[in-house]
Amino acid sequence: MDLLLDGLIVLVGGGVVALLLSRTPLANLVGAISAAIGSAIVLVPAVHVVLQGVTPAEFSAAWNVPYGSFTLLLDPLSAWFVIPIAGLSSIAAVYGFSYMAHFAGHKSLGTPWFFYNLLVASMVVVVTARNGVLFLVAWECMALTSYFLVVFEDEKDSVREAGRVYLIASHLGTAFLLVFFVLLGREAGSLEFSRIADWLDSSDGFSPGMSSLLFLLALIGFGTKAGFMPLHVWLPEAHPAAPSHVSAVMSGVMIKTGIYGIVRTLTVLGTSQEWWGWLLIGVGVTSGIGGIVFSLAQHDLKRLLAYCSVENVGIIALGLGVGVLGIHGDAPAAAMLGFSGALLHVLNHAVFKGLLFLGAGAVIHETGTGTLDAQGGLLKRMPWTGATFLVGAVAISGLPPLNGFISEFLMYLGAFEEDSLLTTSGAVTALAAIGSLALIGGLAAACFTKAFGIVFLGEPRTDASRDAHAPGWGMRIPMVLLAGCCFGIALQARPIAQRLTPIISAFLPEATLKEPKVLDAAFVSLHSISVACVMVIVLGIALAVARKALLHRREIGSSTTWGCGYAAPTARMQYTSSSFAQPVTQFFAPVLRTIRRFSPPQGPFPKSANLHSETPDISMKFLFRPMYRLVDRLLSMLGWIQHGQVHLYVLYLAATMVVLLVWYLGVAV
Amino acid sequence: MRFLPLILALILSPLMRGIINRTKARFAGRQGPPLLQPYYDLWKLLQKGAVYSTTTTWIFRAGPIISLAATLVAAMLMPLGGWPAAMSFSGDLIVFAYLLGLGRFLTVVAALDTGSAFEGMGASREVFYSALAEPALLLGLAAIAKISVGGSILSSLSQMHSQISLHLWAESGVVLVFVALALFIVFLTENSRIPVDDPTTHLELTMIHEVMVLDHSGPDFAFILYGASLKLWLLGALIVGLVVPSSGIWVVDLLADLVGMIAISVITGAVESMMARLRLVRVPQLLVGAGALAVLALVLEYKN
Repeated sequence: MDLLLDGLIVLVGGGVVALLLSRTPLANLVGAISAAIGSAIVLVPAVHVVLQGVTPAEFSAAWNVPYGSFTLLLDPLSAWFVIPIAGLSSIAAVYGFSYMAHFAGHKSLGTPWFFYNLLVASMVVVVTARNGVLFLVAWECMALTSYFLVVFEDEKDSVREAGRVYLIASHLGTAFLLVFFVLLGREAGSLEFSRIADWLDSSDGFSPGMSSLLFLLALIGFGTKAGFMPLHVWLPEAHPAAPSHVSAVMSGVMIKTGIYGIVRTLTVLGTSQEWWGWLLIGVGVTSGIGGIVFSLAQHDLKRLLAYCSVENVGIIALGLGVGVLGIHGDAPAAAMLGFSGALLHVLNHAVFKGLLFLGAGAVIHETGTGTLDAQGGLLKRMPWTGATFLVGAVAISGLPPLNGFISEFLMYLGAFEEDSLLTTSGAVTALAAIGSLALIGGLAAACFTKAFGIVFLGEPRTDASRDAHAPGWGMRIPMVLLAGCCFGIALQARPIAQRLTPIISAFLPEATLKEPKVLDAAFVSLHSISVACVMVIVLGIALAVARKALLHRREIGSSTTWGCGYAAPTARMQYTSSSFAQPVTQFFAPVLRTIRRFSPPQGPFPKSANLHSETPDISMKFLFRPMYRLVDRLLSMLGWIQHGQVHLYVLYLAATMVVLLVWYLGVAV
Repeated sequence: MRFLPLILALILSPLMRGIINRTKARFAGRQGPPLLQPYYDLWKLLQKGAVYSTTTTWIFRAGPIISLAATLVAAMLMPLGGWPAAMSFSGDLIVFAYLLGLGRFLTVVAALDTGSAFEGMGASREVFYSALAEPALLLGLAAIAKISVGGSILSSLSQMHSQISLHLWAESGVVLVFVALALFIVFLTENSRIPVDDPTTHLELTMIHEVMVLDHSGPDFAFILYGASLKLWLLGALIVGLVVPSSGIWVVDLLADLVGMIAISVITGAVESMMARLRLVRVPQLLVGAGALAVLALVLEYKN
């Protein structure tokens, strides 16, 4: 616990020093080092707690805020979330040092590092806070610091617009959380999580209606941060706008605080209800399939990755849904598998999404644009970035021998088990989980063969991509580290998954094992999968050696790519990202509503032809914009109050005070 | 002896292509190439040098290697004729499906590495069709898991196949037929056969799998051809193991399954001879249909 606080102090202190040094070249160094070291210090106790499975004593300090107290507790569940937060933040900070150096001279670097450090600290406090008020304050701090990081390049209109969307959407979510905590506090009589737990033990708990209401509020509030469809509108705006190491942290771990919120809510509410499982699976299916389909339709690398985060939180929601269903269908092993899959995916997604955003950052850093169709052939120019990006792409498609497969495998096992054990309604829901996981996996492979293939393979499509250079080791090492984690988690699947069992059985006593045999079988499977992964790698190396031996001393020719005999191909003849995705986008056209503007070539000697397509966000267009417009119209009716005459404003204040005074006196009497 | 199914797959898989080609030739009234032609082709390719496009990188060379490695590991998971697979654990069916997915991923990026529009086109179709085939495959596997061993996660492919008996056929034959049909469509799609893809066409524009490997030559192409044969064998063995009831006597089961493998090759050849390739826009409908069949099978099973 002490180390956790020490780490927080280093983070905040380093941030403040960086801010003070703002305009000097030292700011970048101080900010990056304090972020990397502070996060690494926080990582130590978290890893310790997860490995040992024991919760250190809580830290509590008085705080003169009504109902508030500064209570932190690092139980295994919190620690599980602290690990990706601290780990990725530390690695991203190292990367950020090289990335930000580019802006030195014409931008203050102290400010972004100050906000970065505060963001990391507030994320850690969010997942360790044991008091509702402290949680909300940290939550708000997280939203604001990340907002300031998103608008780092605030001289661009698009960035300011993205920041505004993020700020509004984020606060809409917070509004639901505020109601959630007010209701929770009123029912339980306290905002201390430990007191709520005591209250649950000593009373009948929440009424079914109240607990459902609380769950829905939490699902919307936390779901906004996590990026569930249709609440995801801010993700595709904010992630591309932010500097890449910040996108990595926001997409890799910040949205996971939303997942943490939902999991913690399930524990705080005590008992769950079966339909919550259906709802979570429904949300998972919508976000998973919707996210990846929109991702396929994007033309910008970072937007593509942002939509893909929507897909991945969808997968996590599927796992949580399978878990909740398992509890109610009396299939505790399936529940364990569902929750384990979901929690492991939290870690896995942090690793490979962090990696992919850092890779995207390197590409943007070198070519100056994230547009997919402006890239090409970068693997030859940036071999390390390309190779690690490929590892991330295979991992995020959920394919062996990498980590993404492990968490999806656990969810599949849980869903298969429920499919056989549960009553029809539960079984059909489990079936939906299996079918959508399979479809999501297939579409993710389509999406990431596109992203990797168009950016890194083929011939450069523009001069910028032809002249790209490899980024320095400061940016390479973080990517190599994360790629190594993708392999490491897959090869250590069993020990890692076994660490999850005490975490889940601690917070969901209903899921305590009645049939450990099933779970043991799952662990044996994980071990076999690790063996299979090693075999794929070893066989691959063996075949590569065999190929080399076969080609030894034989004629190896080199030529242009086969083009039906056409010998002068140009880079413009390559398949583009939109043509690659076209079969899928065509199939899902009713959902995507892609706007196409096409002026076809005319006459025998056409002078010009043009095709433009863009896919605006469906939920932005049909849900949020109309809502914003309605609010705008209602509020502009009150516009006459605001006329800019200060003395009248003072009158308003005075009038309000008088009214309040009269009301207060009236109540008192 | 656990390795018997693996060894049979490694040795016999190219023969399946020979049988399919012979069947097609017979339907067309031709003599056709020798049954062992695929082996000759592989041998010849292994002797050759190679030509690489100047556009390509190490990805192009790694594609065939990793695809074949993934398919070889998948082969270790597939049982045959009452013999358990070399590796067998609960949920191995999922690993099997995803290993084939890894092979496909690498084939697709290797195709994109050439920077050719033709290969991009093939790659684009491949990822789309396989994304639609994936749910049919997984739901079909879920259905088999449910009818054969009650669907518990304690089940492996080996156990599932050994549970298919005449009794089970009598009890839920309809479900088995539906699942077999769904898996057969997946089998045709994943192996780029008619009506989804035409393995014999020579027009780059209409091909899917063949166009993706257009630029590979020599030993690389031998790896690709062998991997494709192996995949054909494995998905065939999945269906045969599901359809052919097991008697418990291993000689009988093994022979029955081998006959089944010949039968599925002949059926594939017959389908290719009698059907035209579907228009590309019609293929998704077929694949969604396969998924629907698998769901229908599961729903029928709930009714029971």
